[in-house]
Amino acid sequence: MADLRELYQELILEHSKAPRNYREIAGADRKAEGYNPLCGDHFTVYVRTRGDSIDDIAFQGSGCAISKASASMMTQSLKGKTKKEAKKLFERFHQTVIGEKDGDSADLGKLSVFAGVAEFPTRVKCATLAWHTLEAALEGRQEQISTE
Amino acid sequence: MTKVLRMPSSQGRAAVGEIASGLDVEQVRRDFPILYRKVHDRDLVYLDNAATSQKPGAVMEAITRYYEQDNSNIHRGVHYLAERATAEFEAARQTVQSFLNARRPEEIIFVRGATEAINLVAQSYGRSHVSAGDEVVITALEHHSNIVPWQILCEQKGAKLWVAPINDDGELILEEFDRLLGPRTKIVAVSHVSNALGTLNPVAAVIRMAHARNIPVLVDGAQAVPRLPVDVAKLDCDFYAFSGHKTYGPTGIGVLYGKSNLLEAMPPYQGGGDMISSVTFEKTTYNKIPHKFEAGTPDMSGAVGLKAALEYLNRLGMNNIAAHESELLDHATAVISTIPGIRVVGTAKEKAGVLSFVMEGVHPHDIGTILDQEGIAIRTGHHCAQPLMERFGVDATARASFGVYNTKREIDALVRGIEKVKEVFS
Repeated sequence: MADLRELYQELILEHSKAPRNYREIAGADRKAEGYNPLCGDHFTVYVRTRGDSIDDIAFQGSGCAISKASASMMTQSLKGKTKKEAKKLFERFHQTVIGEKDGDSADLGKLSVFAGVAEFPTRVKCATLAWHTLEAALEGRQEQISTE
Repeated sequence: MTKVLRMPSSQGRAAVGEIASGLDVEQVRRDFPILYRKVHDRDLVYLDNAATSQKPGAVMEAITRYYEQDNSNIHRGVHYLAERATAEFEAARQTVQSFLNARRPEEIIFVRGATEAINLVAQSYGRSHVSAGDEVVITALEHHSNIVPWQILCEQKGAKLWVAPINDDGELILEEFDRLLGPRTKIVAVSHVSNALGTLNPVAAVIRMAHARNIPVLVDGAQAVPRLPVDVAKLDCDFYAFSGHKTYGPTGIGVLYGKSNLLEAMPPYQGGGDMISSVTFEKTTYNKIPHKFEAGTPDMSGAVGLKAALEYLNRLGMNNIAAHESELLDHATAVISTIPGIRVVGTAKEKAGVLSFVMEGVHPHDIGTILDQEGIAIRTGHHCAQPLMERFGVDATARASFGVYNTKREIDALVRGIEKVKEVFS
């Protein structure tokens, strides 16, 4: 049986209760909306870029503990990173939550707490919603992103 | 209208047998093979019956027997098996007719499910009766399947869709509903039991009010037919829709009941084989009802399975089932609403078989995952009723919905599961 504690790690619960960078960015030059119609999770991700870098990143919205913590920790991990680094981190994060490259999540830093999601396939979409939304924001796509 | 029988509570009695409602639940459970499987090494506690019900062995056996003994295409062949298959299919129609107390078997049309039944009425009756500036009235309690077909129709015709409001308990406000009816109202569509909240709608009153203005009424009975005795003649509804798979029958089969005079006057929904009397390239004459609405080879094994399901429900007795679920709902409401931090969404006086709730600080999806690890299957989300969720200011709810095989023991397991959720999130 998959262990619930592997999914609901302390750090995840803590971020879901007190999300970081939970705000609108007034001068955001990139913004996208993400929606998971299955559970009703709904987030807006704001980004202010400077050159090729993510100068500031924040989010707002509502969702389950996994999606909210993921959004919160994503914003923490990406501030100051280049777009290319962000894309690479998303790829690594995605591989981890779907259970690929098992046991090699060291380079993810704190984000490795999401490795437990791999045991709960129905929750992968929760963990990746904010990331997909960010990707759309950085690519300048205007339509609402759906994980269904 | 059909009211849920309120039987004296059996609380305090030994769980074994649980026959206070006239239903021997332990005996019923033995009829459902899936209840014996384990989920995450736990006994399965299946509380997602409003999404789909499990199937008794009798249904699966009937389908197997059909394919092993009688399978052929219906209505056309002159050979023995064609005759057998046709007889089985038409016998299923008669079983549905008597189950709903329709006057004639031709008033029973086999479709894929309640969704297709509603689309059929919207596109056939609706398109031929609704014009620009006309109005269609639904309620705030509807499932997307009783909203979107009407939106499509209104868009096609330039008609208006009005939504009758509900109060904070999730009850239809009848006076407001009545006020929405006018000379341009061409049809009313209302659910019998709300899938998201469990509200038992006063459909008899709705039908009376609409009929006073000569407006026909479609009742979406997807959640009612598995839970209550339904009598379409007594209700006097014009159309009634339900799904086989929520009624302990197979997926892919459902029923539209329609008054014969309405069905006869309606244009076909789909064209094809079986729905015609004669075809030339110049002109086609349509078949009589019900065949006019059953183009193509229908779901024959599905009809046979549905017949077995309805016969099974008849053996248990719909009054007994209603009483049993009412008892479960009372028990579940009593124990769950006293858990600190839990709010029950949908507190109508008349309810059937569905308990929706939210938990402070915990998203329903997280509740669902944690309960799943305990082997407990509930539904979390918007239950295909997004406008209704908005009305109650929530994105989603957790929903436990009951069936003939559920026990108080299982509701107690649900309560222990909710305690576990609180533990994880403490």
